[in-house]
Amino acid sequence: MPDTRNAIDVRNAVKRYGSFTALQSITLSIRDNEFFTLLGPSGCGKTTLLRMIAGFEDVTEGEIFLFGEEIENLPPHQRPVNTVFQNYALFPHMTIEENVMFGLEMRGSSRDAARKKACEMLELVQLTPFSARKPSQLSGGQQQRVALARALAPQPKVLLLDEPLSALDLKLRQAMRSELKSIQRETGITFTFVTHDQEEALTMSDRIAVMSAGRLQQLGEARDIYERPVNRFVADFIGETNLLDARLEAVDASVATCRLGNGLTLECDAIGNARPGADVHISIRPERMTLAAANGDPWRGTVKENIFVGTDVQTVVQLQGGIALTVRTQNSAAGVATILDPGTEVAITVEAGAARMLED
Amino acid sequence: MSSRGDVRTYSGSRAITMLCLFVLYAPLIIVTIYSFNASRSITVWEGLSLQWYADVFWGPESGKFKQAAINSFTIALIAATMSTAIATSAATAIVRGGRFRLRMASLGLISLPLMVPEIVTAVATLIFFNSIGFTRGYLTILAAHIAFCIPFAYLPIQARMQGIEDTFEQAAQDLYATKAQAFRRVLLPMMMPGIIAGFLLAFIVSLDDFIITNFVKGAGVETLPTAIFGSVKQGIKPNIMAISTMLLVVSIAMVTISYIVGKKDNST
Repeated sequence: MPDTRNAIDVRNAVKRYGSFTALQSITLSIRDNEFFTLLGPSGCGKTTLLRMIAGFEDVTEGEIFLFGEEIENLPPHQRPVNTVFQNYALFPHMTIEENVMFGLEMRGSSRDAARKKACEMLELVQLTPFSARKPSQLSGGQQQRVALARALAPQPKVLLLDEPLSALDLKLRQAMRSELKSIQRETGITFTFVTHDQEEALTMSDRIAVMSAGRLQQLGEARDIYERPVNRFVADFIGETNLLDARLEAVDASVATCRLGNGLTLECDAIGNARPGADVHISIRPERMTLAAANGDPWRGTVKENIFVGTDVQTVVQLQGGIALTVRTQNSAAGVATILDPGTEVAITVEAGAARMLED
Repeated sequence: MSSRGDVRTYSGSRAITMLCLFVLYAPLIIVTIYSFNASRSITVWEGLSLQWYADVFWGPESGKFKQAAINSFTIALIAATMSTAIATSAATAIVRGGRFRLRMASLGLISLPLMVPEIVTAVATLIFFNSIGFTRGYLTILAAHIAFCIPFAYLPIQARMQGIEDTFEQAAQDLYATKAQAFRRVLLPMMMPGIIAGFLLAFIVSLDDFIITNFVKGAGVETLPTAIFGSVKQGIKPNIMAISTMLLVVSIAMVTISYIVGKKDNST
């Protein structure tokens, strides 16, 4: 039996279109009251999974439970979940207020009760003065908030959001992130958010499911996924990283010693059941390394270029054996002092615990 | 400012435009002007008068024209309504029906009558009514009009519907509307400009039809076009110009309504 305390339980869900498999046996649980994000590149199946929960896509195999109740065979209008669509899908022939009232009226609320609730929701998204307007008279950000109010008004058990911020410009997107997060806290409704933007996922989510090629790659809290990716896809997709090929030299208790192609060695946490001699991969985040003037240390190379990106400077360092590392230095007085001109020899220090061994 | 590719920079473009407009509108303007002529002649101007309009309503032929007008307008109204309803269902099925096997064939079958010479449709319809032994009269005209108006009603509705993403119906269903409610509350109002345009087009096409009507009307039942044709055969009198001008006004009104409906929809 599924856990009735979970908002959503997806069990071995498979989606096939003819011979193409869009989702390969996904199993995951979304807890009550959490901000859950499905993150992945386009075509990874995240939107398909969301649409299966909403009821717009049939489930080829497997089950979906909503608070313990099996829902995968219910039509969309019988599922107590609401969706914020990517293009908002506001009804153009209705006013903002009528849009927000729609779900309430369809659920059987009286017109007065629906109007009262719609007022509350428009207040929540700060659009009360616009209630008599038509959607086309609103800006993109305002339409987005109407879509949110409309989906929240019937008090769904789970709110599904399909890349709702992707059509907004950067500043507005950043403002909407914190607004979404605070509305989620205020209403206590479980949010399931789909995005391809890893920064969006990291800043808003309680937990993130990283998907790729129709498979669930990793599920965990934002920091967990960033610091301890389980494979190269996750390490590379979330944030920036240096991925290096290595050979596992020795495993001593929980410490693994890996040797890079150029002979340098690194210590990292041992994971999985890789035996010494196995080919592994190492991920090192650019901000977990520091630069210093060359001092005879074997971890040294030549500065190839410095790229100024505002908050920090990215330095590409060419090591022996054709390995290039990107190091991020914060754009502070102390940080900038360590930046050397291209062509200069430089020493690199990898912070303890910064190297992450990956088997896959 | 006109750029290099502007059609106005081509030599003679102004003259050609003027010629085309002249050929298109000069006859209409002349008919309209001469409908106000005080003379019995259709070519000699003798002063302003409304006598031919009075003649249409109260003159010797007024009974015939009145009956023809009633027939024409009731047939146009019923035929446009029925064909629009059928066309709306067809557009919903074809645009929203997914990829069913005969989708392209259905689309072709609906639009084909637009390309079939009207005389062929007229003869075929006549043979059909004869072979089933249906007495020709008002009902045969109506049935024929419903049928040939469908493609005219269909095209604007389909065009409108293709511009409506299916996420609107999904949003409605997501907000607890059944499929029927989603159709009635969301899809239908969004299709309305197309439906109105389709209705008006069907109405005008029905009002204006001569060939098919003439074949299937039977004896004694006339519509305005056949009544006018009958009159003209006995010599052109200015009262025909008055009727034509009134029909022209109706057409212009319809086109204007259709334009306003389309315009209003774009601005909101």
